[in-house]
Amino acid sequence: MEITLTVNGAAKTVDVADNALLVDVLRESLGLTGTHVGCDTSQCGACVVHMNGDAVKSCTVLAGQANGADVTTIEGIGNPDDLHPMQEAFRDNHALQCGFCTPGMIMSAIDLVQKGGGALDEAAVRDGLEGNLCRCTGYHNIVKAVLAAQSST
Amino acid sequence: MYQFNYHRPSTLDEARSLMAGAEDGVYLSGGMTLIPTLKQRLASPSDVIDLGAIPGLTGVTVNDGTVSVGGMTRHSEVAASEAIPALADLASRIGDAHVRNRGTIGGSIANSDPAADYPAAVVALGATVHTTNRSIAGSDYFTGLFETALHDGEIVTSVDFCVPDAAAYEKFPNPASRYAVVGVMVARCGDCICVGVTGAGACAFRATALEEALAADFSPGAVDGVGIDHSEYNSDIHASAEFRGHLVGVLTKRAVATIA
Repeated sequence: MEITLTVNGAAKTVDVADNALLVDVLRESLGLTGTHVGCDTSQCGACVVHMNGDAVKSCTVLAGQANGADVTTIEGIGNPDDLHPMQEAFRDNHALQCGFCTPGMIMSAIDLVQKGGGALDEAAVRDGLEGNLCRCTGYHNIVKAVLAAQSST
Repeated sequence: MYQFNYHRPSTLDEARSLMAGAEDGVYLSGGMTLIPTLKQRLASPSDVIDLGAIPGLTGVTVNDGTVSVGGMTRHSEVAASEAIPALADLASRIGDAHVRNRGTIGGSIANSDPAADYPAAVVALGATVHTTNRSIAGSDYFTGLFETALHDGEIVTSVDFCVPDAAAYEKFPNPASRYAVVGVMVARCGDCICVGVTGAGACAFRATALEEALAADFSPGAVDGVGIDHSEYNSDIHASAEFRGHLVGVLTKRAVATIA
């Protein structure tokens, strides 16, 4: 079947299998491999993207459900010469070690800060990132980075 | 995943007609349980009928002491609603943020997972489950392990909750999944006390012995005199039936202490 969606501001029409997942569309059809597949069981959050303004796990959304949606991936928020403030905060706070969880962490953190109204404390950040796992266990610096990004935006 | 035919109807009638014509169809709501189930090949439906494009099934509205939640309303929206703070609190503690951004109340209660959170509220807050076919009292809705009163092809369109004088939800979450090992919703409405329990048994239920004790004396101490029969409770790798019985008492006390 054919679906049309907006990805990082550009309209895309993709032919997909009925049982394709959004993450397959992003990685395989559109070549946007910044969105990672970690656990593939909805637990780790490496695949988090924004869909119609909400952070979602793209390994647990069917491609058909994303038909007509507005999707933003890690590739859509900044670039090496012009990092998103959250990316800048992750760099400044050494909030990534192997980097595998980082795209999902950053997409979740942006949604968290945008909806947090500037009122997030450490506990709220830790609770808000419940759905993102870092197997390097680098959580302390990730939380520091999210709080720093909240202050800078 | 096995192969299936994906459909995205734009009306309830179209959805039901697709279901009637499918060899072995299944409705897709938020997909937070169904999609992982499909990925693990634990289900192999011939057709997946996505309810996500049908208008009019979302939102939280308040009318004369009743809060109506559309069947496709996401947990995050209920969590942000103000009419019943205990219900919003319950919704805010389901899964993680990403699950709450996709999962829906209709999907949750249609699935009737014994460890889901919403069922505690459905039985404790005098709910009425509205479907494409009829209205079902919340107390009659859950019938067993992953079983409900819903008939084949029936769709949950909204759930009405009575606004209580006071209510609180307490749960002992599984630390990994945040499913309720046990969850207890205590609601007080005039002289009537409701204690809705999820996680402990095959499906959500009202703990009538606790309700009677609390109606006589609405205090945490009143729970101590009630013997909780855990003989029919769930036992699994997460908790024994005996421990779940203990949790029912502890969580009820905490909820009463929050309200009283």
